Amino acid sequence: MGARPPLSSFGIWMLGPALLKYGNDAQKKEHLPKIAAGEIRWCQGYSEPNAGSDLASLQTRAESDGDDFVITGSKIWTSYANYADWIFCLVRTDPTAKKHDGISFILFDMTSKGVTTKPILLISGYSPFCETFFDGVRVPKSHVVGTVNRGWDVAKYLLQHERAMISGMGERGVGRPLGQIAADSVGTDALGRLDDAMLRGQIASFDVDEAALAACAERAVDLAKAGQAHPAFSSAMKYYGTELNKRRYEILMSAGGVDALEWESERSRQGARPRAWLRTKANSIEGGTSEVMLGIVAKRILDLPGA
Amino acid sequence: MALVLTEEQSMLRDSARGLISDKAPVSHLRHLRDSKDPTGFSKELWQSFAEMGYAGLLVPEEFGGSGLGFMEAGIVTEEIGRTLMPSPFLATSVVAASALNRGGSAAQKSEYLPKISNGSLLATLAIDEGAKHRPLQTNLQAVRAGNGFKLSGAKALVVDGHVADLFIVAARTAGAAGKREGLTLFLVNSKAKGVAIERTIMVDAHNAARIEFANVELTADSVLGEVDQAAGLLDGILDIGRGAVAAEMVGLSDEVFGRTVEYLKNRKQFGKLIGEFQALQHRAAQLYVDIEITRAAVMKALQALDADVAKAASAVAVAKARAGTTATRAVQEGVQMHGGMGMTDQFDIGFFMKRARICEELFGDANYHTEQLARARGY
Repeated sequence: MGARPPLSSFGIWMLGPALLKYGNDAQKKEHLPKIAAGEIRWCQGYSEPNAGSDLASLQTRAESDGDDFVITGSKIWTSYANYADWIFCLVRTDPTAKKHDGISFILFDMTSKGVTTKPILLISGYSPFCETFFDGVRVPKSHVVGTVNRGWDVAKYLLQHERAMISGMGERGVGRPLGQIAADSVGTDALGRLDDAMLRGQIASFDVDEAALAACAERAVDLAKAGQAHPAFSSAMKYYGTELNKRRYEILMSAGGVDALEWESERSRQGARPRAWLRTKANSIEGGTSEVMLGIVAKRILDLPGA
Repeated sequence: MALVLTEEQSMLRDSARGLISDKAPVSHLRHLRDSKDPTGFSKELWQSFAEMGYAGLLVPEEFGGSGLGFMEAGIVTEEIGRTLMPSPFLATSVVAASALNRGGSAAQKSEYLPKISNGSLLATLAIDEGAKHRPLQTNLQAVRAGNGFKLSGAKALVVDGHVADLFIVAARTAGAAGKREGLTLFLVNSKAKGVAIERTIMVDAHNAARIEFANVELTADSVLGEVDQAAGLLDGILDIGRGAVAAEMVGLSDEVFGRTVEYLKNRKQFGKLIGEFQALQHRAAQLYVDIEITRAAVMKALQALDADVAKAASAVAVAKARAGTTATRAVQEGVQMHGGMGMTDQFDIGFFMKRARICEELFGDANYHTEQLARARGY
């Protein structure tokens, strides 16, 4: 559906960096080459029906049984779970500990007995996400990444990478500049300017902010290389990048007018634009909502009290 | 080039910050304002600037300068923005020095640039005529008279105009207002016959003037660059000024924001620190993100200017537009979050709000630069 390809995003961008930092030698040896080669399609088992923004309240249980954990519970918003080969999953291994302290990060095969998936139909008409159910799934304890009950550290580290990745989605653009796309449908005046002054102003303001964000993304990389980056800065980028991408699609819809409203015609490539527009509404929700991102900036970067 | 400061640039920032915060905190501006200082800035401090190599920061070493770049100039204006120090640095050392260096003949450079470097000459660009910055609308007339020219017309918002020794005046030698063709820059001695200077005390208590030129006679060698063909030169000079002002606005925004966050951590209401309220936390976080994005855009513009002034226009438009919007937001949030204290003259926040308004207007506001970007991108 025009979203990021799951192979590269989940393996390379998210799990890969987390395994490099927290995985043991056997795990690195088994998984990293396959991630690099794109052999295994990974999905992410984070959110649950009752653990969205408050992710650490997740309830999927992993009970110890000899050399295995037995996993029971359900996940939601699992991207492409119905196509995935393996999952990296957050499970509760100590229900008596404080909510951040009883979580483990575990890898397992989606063909394991007891795993089922059910696609979720979205407002875009697509089903990129699934509900995923675990009914007594047996997973060897050796598949835990990092320390048992310290999975929140791995989860947070991976989220930083996810947020950095999502923030970049706003910059890649849709090929042609917005001003030209708009000129095709809205038309231009005698001076060659968009024949809709308010829309032209919105596009120009968008272009200013997009160029500035691109500079900031470049600077974030340079700061990281120089060892001067703040670890929570990806939350700032995620917030701004996703809000900007939503603005882009609001402008595209406005510029397209009636032509951007057809849902099923050949002419509209089966409603590519309105479906993409609706898809962007998830940008500021998935991977941590904008409000959660602002809370992280307030707490970890600005050091505001009680945040 | 990486968008982080080099070691040398960090050292420059630290030494500029040390000097400025020590000698010219906001109380320095307050004192100049309240004492109705006739100069409006500290000559002693300007001499220190010259001794540190800042007055001639952009001037090539052969003319006694430091031979540094626009990134370095932006580092200094950013520090100036933190304390709002009134200083000839922007008008003389950035804009006028660049005009002379880029457009001047060998004779003009060797006459003026060493004096800028040693702090003995103040110079400024006289460009705006109407209420808004519209360089191509320049309509101050320069007509040929004998071997030279006669200047007639008026200029507004001439920064440091009441103390400058030398004006660089944008005039029309041909064509109608609005045309790129027919613009010429002239070097005019501020003591020349027919020049009338009215100091205008501005909202920010910094220095500016309105200047009238009544048949001011100029010799042919007072032309800077080429007759009728100054538009390109002027674009470059203005973009350099815009980059420096944008950096000043980053410093100003960052300082206001820092003070505001401190206030949120100390002020108590309803039995809580007000910084505990999510409504304020989120607004503070949004402002932080805005400032960081703008900071990067400004660094990008300064690097683009250093690489090639003629190709930096879009990066500069983005930077000045962002800086204007961000600074405006920073000072508005700063006053609002300080509550009633933010409205008092006794508190410094108001000084930042006033200066931000001037910086926004100087060399084109956010609307102007957003429009420029739209035109450059052909829609």
